[in-house]
Amino acid sequence: MSALLRATGVGKRFGGLSALGEVSFSIPQGAIYGLIGPNGAGKTTFFNLLTGIYTPDEGGFEFDGAPLPGAPHAVCARGIARTFQNIRLFASMTALENVMVGRHVRTRAGLFSAIFRPGSERAEERAIRARALELLDFVGIAHRAQEVSRHLSYGDQRRLEVARALATEPRLLALDEPAAGMNSTETAALGVLLQKIRAKGVTILLIEHDVKLVMGLCDRVAVLEYGRLIAEGPPEQVQHDPRVIEAYLGAEAGA
Amino acid sequence: MKLRPLLFGLALVAVLALPFLTDLALGRSWVRLLDFALLYAMLALGLNIVVGYAGLLDLGYVAFYAVGAYLYAMLASPHIGMHLPLWVLLPGGALLAAAFGALLGAPTLGLRGDYLAIVTMGFGEIIRIFLRNLNVTNGPAGIDLIDPIQMGNFSFSATHRLFGLVIPGIYNYYFLFLGLTVLIVLMSRRLEGSRIGRAWAAIREDEIAARAMGLNTKNLKLLAFAMGATFGGISGVLFAGFQGFVSPESFTMNESVMILCMVVLGGMGHLNGVLLGAILLAILPEAFRPLAQLQQQTFGEVYLDPASLRMLLFAVALIAVMILRPEGLWPSPVRKRELHASEEDNASTPDADPAPGGAA
Repeated sequence: MSALLRATGVGKRFGGLSALGEVSFSIPQGAIYGLIGPNGAGKTTFFNLLTGIYTPDEGGFEFDGAPLPGAPHAVCARGIARTFQNIRLFASMTALENVMVGRHVRTRAGLFSAIFRPGSERAEERAIRARALELLDFVGIAHRAQEVSRHLSYGDQRRLEVARALATEPRLLALDEPAAGMNSTETAALGVLLQKIRAKGVTILLIEHDVKLVMGLCDRVAVLEYGRLIAEGPPEQVQHDPRVIEAYLGAEAGA
Repeated sequence: MKLRPLLFGLALVAVLALPFLTDLALGRSWVRLLDFALLYAMLALGLNIVVGYAGLLDLGYVAFYAVGAYLYAMLASPHIGMHLPLWVLLPGGALLAAAFGALLGAPTLGLRGDYLAIVTMGFGEIIRIFLRNLNVTNGPAGIDLIDPIQMGNFSFSATHRLFGLVIPGIYNYYFLFLGLTVLIVLMSRRLEGSRIGRAWAAIREDEIAARAMGLNTKNLKLLAFAMGATFGGISGVLFAGFQGFVSPESFTMNESVMILCMVVLGGMGHLNGVLLGAILLAILPEAFRPLAQLQQQTFGEVYLDPASLRMLLFAVALIAVMILRPEGLWPSPVRKRELHASEEDNASTPDADPAPGGAA
């Protein structure tokens, strides 16, 4: 399998504190890849570096054979979309509008076509709307399309974030703790949705606390502790790595 | 279903007859006030793009009004002896103001909320102080004898006759401003529902998420500043031609604040609300004028000078509206829900940040 994303020696410092250092791994094309680790291990920092919200102090990323650009919107245009640990929807816009915003990066109408509305603009708007509805249906919340997004249930908000990210036509979908706050039924449904997304050819990078979900779903797993990569490999191998058991699973069992 | 065109027709007749009726009922100075109300409506609609749609708090908006006004004043008056026609100066004013909008936008892209407000306030003052101190703008004395607005042979300042109706200049301006206001409303409405308008709304709601979803927030913010400034420039050009005289005193920070009040009080981001806010706030200070006279009649003496008194009442009215209807007099359905939702279901969505626009 060829690598879709390659992280090479990625490091980030905040003041004198090294939040992340020498993190290198590759995500194979078409995989569901898990990134786990205890709280404060640097998982979200890694996400923010990957999506251009922070700039790495050391190392960098190669996506599909070329280095990633710095700005978040350019990263998104290259084909990486993300969700947020604390859901960040456009709160007073409807579910449908949220997903329609996701289409922005793949559409073109500018100021003048907005004002003069030529046929091309109207056709594009129709296509945006149709695609957004399709995606809402895909994640299973089509019946909530006209609902203001802050009024959706917690689980539906998570799904809406996924639909919005998918609207940007990503090749890599990065999910930051999508199961946080979900009950076991919702988590199981999320697992099914992720499989469905992977079946469409989208590679998935998953940060998750729910070890069961990660181990059951992921093809490969990377484990971070104190900003360092301590293990990487298939779940069953990582699960039996003594360092992981001590640092992460052991720590959790002891807590 | 048949009611809509009927209502529309009635509204059209009412709006067209308004200057005639106002003149009959209240006198010509009130028609002039209507003209100004429409100028303010255009300004408020322009600021609404920046504040209401993109959520960028701009306290120096009057600078763009000044840019348009001075462009017309300088190039259509004996000041330097040029008399360019409106069809050059109106688009010229719009473009120049747009350029100034981008100029203001560029250094402020990283700023939000309070910080942006302070920088834009400074920008507005810089423009005014330049106008006050430059020789080309004739300093604090301003520029007078500005050409009235003219299209071909039709002078808007002259009295015309149409089907036996006498139409004084002040009516002509009313119809011109009305037409342009309608045009700006239509443009705003189209922008709001477009790909660009959605992107602005997304930036207003959550800038980080917007960037992660592939929105080039820098360009989109510049676009909002430039687009808003365009409408400001257009109203400036019209103001100069209408008034026949411009001076830096017309473009103080007070004006910026007043325009912002129109947008917020009417209902940020909602066209009907913004129009209502603009017209009300333009007319209210005049409407309070008789109250000042009432004071003298009642108490026999003038304790508060009339100008202060009516501004005091005006301020009280503003405060009352903002306390009683924080979402504005005529808010968009979404914003109304938003403000009331944040009271009710804060508990159910603990992770969602409170809307940043609401408190602005």
